Amino acid sequence: MSARADILGRIGATLNSESDQAARRSAASARLSSPPVGLAPARSLVDRDAQITLFREMAEEAAATTDRITSLDDLPAAIAKYLGSHNLPSRIKTDEDPLLADLNWQAQPTLDVSSGKPTDADEVGLAVAFAGAAETGTAILTSGPDHPTSLNFLPENHIVVLPVSRMHGPYEAAWARMAAARDELGMPRTVNWITGPSRTGDIEQTLQLGVHGPRRLHIILVDDGEEEGA
Amino acid sequence: MSATGPNVALFATCLVDLFRPSVGFSAAILLEEAGCRVTVPVAQTCCGQPAYNTGDKTDAADIARQVITKFADYDYVVAPSGSCAGMIKHHYPQLFADDPEMAAKAAALSEKTFELMSFLTDVLNVPAIHGRFKGVAAYHDSCSGLRELGIKRQPRQLLSGIDGLSLEEYDGAETCCGFGGAFCVKYDDVSDKIVSSRLEELARTEATHVLGGDMGCLFNLAGKLKREGSTIQVRHAAEVLAGLTENPAIGETDD
Amino acid sequence: MLPDPRQFPKNARAALSDEILQAAMKRLETGFVARRTVAAGRLPEFEALRDAARDIKNHTLAHLDAYLELFEENCLAQGGHVHWARDTAEARDIVLEICRAAGAKTVTKGKSMIGEEMEINHHLEANGIEPIETDLGEYIIQIRKEAPSHIIAPASHVSKEQVSADFRKQHTGLEPNRPLDEPDDLLAEARAMLRQKFLNADVGITGANFLIAETGTSVIVTNEGNGDLTQTLPKVHVVLVSIEKCVPTLNDATTLLRVLARSATGQEMSSYTTFSTGPKRAADADGPEQYHVVIMDNGRSEMLSGPFREMLRCIKCGACMNHCPVYRSIGGHAYGSVYPGPMGSVLTPGITDLPSSVHLPQASSFCGKCEEVCPVRIPLPKLLRFWRNEAYEQGLITGVARWGLSLWAFAAKRPGLYRFFADLQMRLLSTLAGRRGRFSSLPFGGGWTRHRDFPAPQGKTFVSQWRAQKKDHEKRRGA
Repeated sequence: MSARADILGRIGATLNSESDQAARRSAASARLSSPPVGLAPARSLVDRDAQITLFREMAEEAAATTDRITSLDDLPAAIAKYLGSHNLPSRIKTDEDPLLADLNWQAQPTLDVSSGKPTDADEVGLAVAFAGAAETGTAILTSGPDHPTSLNFLPENHIVVLPVSRMHGPYEAAWARMAAARDELGMPRTVNWITGPSRTGDIEQTLQLGVHGPRRLHIILVDDGEEEGA
Repeated sequence: MSATGPNVALFATCLVDLFRPSVGFSAAILLEEAGCRVTVPVAQTCCGQPAYNTGDKTDAADIARQVITKFADYDYVVAPSGSCAGMIKHHYPQLFADDPEMAAKAAALSEKTFELMSFLTDVLNVPAIHGRFKGVAAYHDSCSGLRELGIKRQPRQLLSGIDGLSLEEYDGAETCCGFGGAFCVKYDDVSDKIVSSRLEELARTEATHVLGGDMGCLFNLAGKLKREGSTIQVRHAAEVLAGLTENPAIGETDD
Repeated sequence: MLPDPRQFPKNARAALSDEILQAAMKRLETGFVARRTVAAGRLPEFEALRDAARDIKNHTLAHLDAYLELFEENCLAQGGHVHWARDTAEARDIVLEICRAAGAKTVTKGKSMIGEEMEINHHLEANGIEPIETDLGEYIIQIRKEAPSHIIAPASHVSKEQVSADFRKQHTGLEPNRPLDEPDDLLAEARAMLRQKFLNADVGITGANFLIAETGTSVIVTNEGNGDLTQTLPKVHVVLVSIEKCVPTLNDATTLLRVLARSATGQEMSSYTTFSTGPKRAADADGPEQYHVVIMDNGRSEMLSGPFREMLRCIKCGACMNHCPVYRSIGGHAYGSVYPGPMGSVLTPGITDLPSSVHLPQASSFCGKCEEVCPVRIPLPKLLRFWRNEAYEQGLITGVARWGLSLWAFAAKRPGLYRFFADLQMRLLSTLAGRRGRFSSLPFGGGWTRHRDFPAPQGKTFVSQWRAQKKDHEKRRGA
């Protein structure tokens, strides 16, 4: 007997004494086609403005830094300012999100911008988020042709661009928004929930940032005037 | 006192019965002063916890049957111990899960079984007990009393009426003292480490006394305190509440 | 690598006199324990979420075959491979085969308890493949050739001085007199050493905190980012997971994630929670070309059918051991199992055998703190007691423990006899103790009097005194 048949058979034999296999299958399928929504913390069930405030508070508590700009046009300047204030290199690798396509990088001549998969030499990565979950100040990023996952982990400094129309309260709202895209394309290979930079407590329970992933996470919220999200 | 108060059977518990009768007398005094008629059924020995926790369900059930039979005919059964009261209240019904007749009897007994101090506050609505006792006491919450029966506020509430007694909370109040029944002798090195941690925490307070509601914990704490030469005195809270404190504290020299 | 669980008392004694370990255990108090208290206290919905988490796991276990099949269907639909292993031997061979087929020379690893359970590193090494642990704690114990001592903080028993010495020994080729005293120095060195390994690995192996049936997804929860580098950069991603990790939907996983980090480390959410489904899509910018999920049973389907089903709710947060007075006294290695502490003491006899692990369920004071903090409300003391039932019935409890108890039970069932001998014995002890009030040593008292004095009884038993003094007592009441 194959291991698969053996294992599922043993599980089935046990459960058959309590329920009918067909009923189990049907109950399971029913849950999958209509997934119940869990209990979200009340603090996340607030309006957009309150979500933004909560997001920034929680993200900063998790040792990220945040910024807010009123227009995408101001992004290059905001990035230059951030990198300058932390004495960080001005060479950045971005993803190929459409939102970045028309940016006027030339307005910030100190910035050396290229896009695509990062190499070990890239010290600053810039990615556009799929969503934010104010609940815990979590940035949600997905993989794709324009979004290399390694950009979120290889460079020591990670800058995330989050349009405020993509802000949600609880995580479930972000899943719900992803569901529509999923119906067409399926799940992305990777969904990253990112809450603060990389850290460890493995050496004597001392908190240290920047183990293997980024040492710094900077999230720039952009007012994009679109009425999405919940 | 009037003979119309509740009919209470006192389950002394083996540790009180064998090692510290003054706690049994204290319990009787407290119950009588609260208006109860107290009976001490003579054919009582043990609640069966040692057998139960060793995995000997047969002996545990036999002992439980005996307790259920001997204590069936009272309004309440009260024990000066969270772990024994918890055994009767929570674990007896589980012991007879496969025996509907005994399960019903166990459930009936469970309904009317209480630990002493929480019985006084929660069932008899005694707000506090008036008395005198000089000392600074750290109260140790026994694990079973705390986690199985929710006993925390009640002893402190009763003790709040004792003149001269101040309660100082210590960091280890809700942490195991290391007794755990047979555990403390089977794994005595580990048990010793645990009780030593409690002593370290006690040393950080001004406590001159340790009070509690379970003899197992109190015996363990007293035994270690005395071995370490500490002057901290250990008593069951019922003794302080009932005013039976002329006798030596647990493990104390009779001077 | 692991001490023998049969030698638990000896292991425990060694742990008690290990000063470095004791210092490490002290740190747990102000670390994980204090932080969990804050996190739980801060979220008003925390208790309701624990109930919901328990209910989701119970529902899943009651439908486990259906959900595992749905997971497999959805995983395959996205181009993933699903492998089934009855035990650790089958699982090891499956993993080796995947690595061989990929021509792997080096394999990076994210932390995986299932990987530890199946001793996959040893197997790969024996077959000429180099496994490299990338979780900092796992990396440290890999160098030290030790087993993990905690399920989420594997090197919690190690001091920074020890890490420094280990790095100097291991990382030959670096400047011997370089500063390596502070955690920052150690971290920088580990990061640099592992960087190239991440980039060059042929296969990346991770564990999975959850499998999600709805989407055929595996979830890892980390703080370092090593798991993500491990599973994104190499050509092949292998997931090691056990059958009870499956949950129905993304929303269900979300509920469980709300209690996981808070219970484990006191964080609101771990730095990285990553949901992986299948290999890279054709046009993706990066990602592995192959995705393999190895689902292992190893005794768990057996546990589904008895009193231990509730143990399968475990989400491996480590809260129980953080709060356990026994674990905090002796650390993880003394248990001689990959899974220590309360959850390990219930799980280990189920995935190995009871005779060799019999000490584990015995070495508990049943204080109940574990159950109090378990995010999915597993009644751990009750399950430990079930193992004690089993041990007793299988005749594994012998000697003084057994006959001492039999004697006690014999007497307890015969109140007249009990009363007679008890009065005799207590009066004798009371007299022997005299005015001192206690004993420093007693025949048969070894386990107690080795460390404590034994308080003397007050005289005859309470019941006898009550019976005799009933009249006296009535007088005292009136006064």
